[in-house]
Amino acid sequence: MIHIKRLQEDGADVIALVGEIDASSSIELDLAIAKSVGEGFTKILVDCSALEYISSAGLGVFMSYIEEFKDRNISMVLFGMSERVLNTFSILGLNELLKIGKDKGEAKQLIS
Amino acid sequence: MRTKAITRLLFTVGVITWLTLVFTDISVLFSSVNNIKPDIPTWLPGIILNLFILSIFYYYKLKIERDDVLNFVDLLWRVFATGLVATVVSLALRLAENLLGSTKLTTHVVFKDLIYMINLGLMVGFLLMAFTVWKRLILYQKSKWLLRLWAFFEVGILLTLLYNSFKIPLVEWVYATLLSIFVVVGLVLSGNMKWVAYLNFRQKWTSLLLLLLTIFYLLYFVFTNSSLAADIHAAHSTFTDYRIHIFILSLIVFVTIYSVFSFLVILFNLPTTSVFEQKLEEVVNFQRISQSIQTEQSEDSVYNILLETSVSTVFADAAWLEINSSKSKIFTYKIKETEAHDIIEHLKSHNVKGVLDQGSDKTRNLSKHLASLKGSRFRSILAFPIYVKGDNIGTLALLKELPEGFNKEMTKIVSTFANQAGISVENFRLMEEALQNERYKEELKIAKTVQKSLLPEVLEKDDDFEIAAFSESADEVGGDYYDTTRINDHLVSIIIADVSGKGTTAAFHMSQMKGIFHSLAQQQIEPDEFMIRANQALIYCLERGSFISATYFVINTKTKKIRYARAGHCPVLYFCAVKKSHEYFKDRGIALGMVRNKSYSNFIQACEFEYKPNDLMVLYTDGITEAKDNKGDEFGYDRLAQVVDEAKDQTPKEIQDHLIKKLYAFSGTENINDDYTTMIVKFK
Repeated sequence: MIHIKRLQEDGADVIALVGEIDASSSIELDLAIAKSVGEGFTKILVDCSALEYISSAGLGVFMSYIEEFKDRNISMVLFGMSERVLNTFSILGLNELLKIGKDKGEAKQLIS
Repeated sequence: MRTKAITRLLFTVGVITWLTLVFTDISVLFSSVNNIKPDIPTWLPGIILNLFILSIFYYYKLKIERDDVLNFVDLLWRVFATGLVATVVSLALRLAENLLGSTKLTTHVVFKDLIYMINLGLMVGFLLMAFTVWKRLILYQKSKWLLRLWAFFEVGILLTLLYNSFKIPLVEWVYATLLSIFVVVGLVLSGNMKWVAYLNFRQKWTSLLLLLLTIFYLLYFVFTNSSLAADIHAAHSTFTDYRIHIFILSLIVFVTIYSVFSFLVILFNLPTTSVFEQKLEEVVNFQRISQSIQTEQSEDSVYNILLETSVSTVFADAAWLEINSSKSKIFTYKIKETEAHDIIEHLKSHNVKGVLDQGSDKTRNLSKHLASLKGSRFRSILAFPIYVKGDNIGTLALLKELPEGFNKEMTKIVSTFANQAGISVENFRLMEEALQNERYKEELKIAKTVQKSLLPEVLEKDDDFEIAAFSESADEVGGDYYDTTRINDHLVSIIIADVSGKGTTAAFHMSQMKGIFHSLAQQQIEPDEFMIRANQALIYCLERGSFISATYFVINTKTKKIRYARAGHCPVLYFCAVKKSHEYFKDRGIALGMVRNKSYSNFIQACEFEYKPNDLMVLYTDGITEAKDNKGDEFGYDRLAQVVDEAKDQTPKEIQDHLIKKLYAFSGTENINDDYTTMIVKFK
């Protein structure tokens, strides 16, 4: 189960993920990002501080946007990951493809 | 078999007692006429008559009451046939008597008594037959009190046999009271005519005829016997006179009353028979619709039955059934499709809502709107929507050439039919779905065996190492893959891979991975080159968001070195026998399919290490490290290392079994909600 909250801060869209992302809830994550892009945001911050678990399907969602974001000049930064979640990202090598910040402050620096 | 024998015995007893009755009665009468003291007591004939009655009574009881095959008309037929035979015999006697003329013999009282005895026997037989049959008819739909009343009646009249047997001095009032009681009870019992309702029109006519003749025979016998008895009585009084026999009199009264009642009831029921038959047909039709689901092969059959039954129930002149599925279908009865469409169009164009309008759930009689359609022969229309799971799937329309041809009753019935048809179609669809699911399950089973065959049955072996592997999927098919292949005498490659997601799509990608592995491994390329080429190949296969994590090894037994590349797969767990320590190899490397261009080569690297005897390499998929216990804690890397450490001195197979056992113990179940695989390589 995942709960997704969105709020805008300094022209960036902050998407907060609360709970777990598995195969079924990854669709919600996909929808949330697509909506943010659709609304014309070019700066997307993903708050992972309350994200307890992410499955490969959830990682696939982030992965699927990498090229599109590069083409459309949209930058996305993830931040606040627990060690466990970060490990999942880094084993797959996604930490090399995505920008990941420690906290919101670092994330904001990375995005601008 | 026993009943048959008893029946025969009773019949024989009946004949014998009757013969004895004739003999004794005549001898008593003869003695008395000639003023001689009779050799046999004068009360004997009375007792023998009663014995005769009893034996015939039980004979019919066994023969008729137990026979379940007989229907109402058959029963009436039996009574009629018995009456016919008896009457024919009696008439034949009369004829013989007439032919002999008025001689001394024919006028003699003893001869008269013989004729009387024969007639009496025939009448008693006929009466008892009728009595037994009437009993069955009366008790056709029995209640407790009816059974009691009947028992009282039957036992009561049988007891009067005793009264008659012992020549108890005739007391006028006892006699009158008993007789009137039985007449009254007989009257009450005669009110039970429920069986009449179950006769159809033809059966009613047959029954009327049979009953009429039965009544005629009864009258004939009563008349014949009473005149004979009167004649004999005039000459002499010491003979068995049935006119004071309560049993026979009660029987005559009861049988006659019931015959007359039945005749009248059937006669007055004749005009309403068609209504009852129609109701019965409705019930049968209703059953047909509800049972159609078990017997019919398709929805179309259900629709056809609905159309047929509705038409026959309301006597419609024509009907159609329009089904609005993906392509609209129309079933018609005695109406052309074009004509039906004309009416539909007409109603639509006049903006008539409520019947053919699919959005509305109202059923109304729309007759008045038809009047405005020129050239149509129909003057009444009645339509019903058919619902399946709340969706309107079609409309049933019934037509009549008469104006105002449908009544409320018909509306109700057809509406029930339409509802039932909806339920039948729904059931049918559910059953179809269940069958489909069953088919899918079967397909998945096949997929499972196919996929199992994609995993190697035998792994490469060498003097330098031994491998054990294990894989299980959460669903029927999974996305985990492992394999080994020998490149040449000193090179062996190993792969372990995990496709993102699980189930069927993952299984397809897994089979692609197998193809890629076997074609690339034989080209004897570096592990990083393997990954770059595999990535390039997979770009065209993997859909958006899917990826494959993999680790590819090439073991060189000549140099005792292993070169490998990790593409986002779980880090290798390596146990060093010399240092007695373990380590996870966390090199960089991105899963296959994540970077979909040539830049992938920047994200992958090849590494190398040397192996020594008794070193242990543990490969696994995230299904193992991410397996959870009931508290939600993961199995994790530390626990994995610790569990393997416990068994690291054993053979790879034993280590693997120990690991799986511990994994199941940890998660508390053998149904882990992910695909999980281990591959354990032990060096020698």
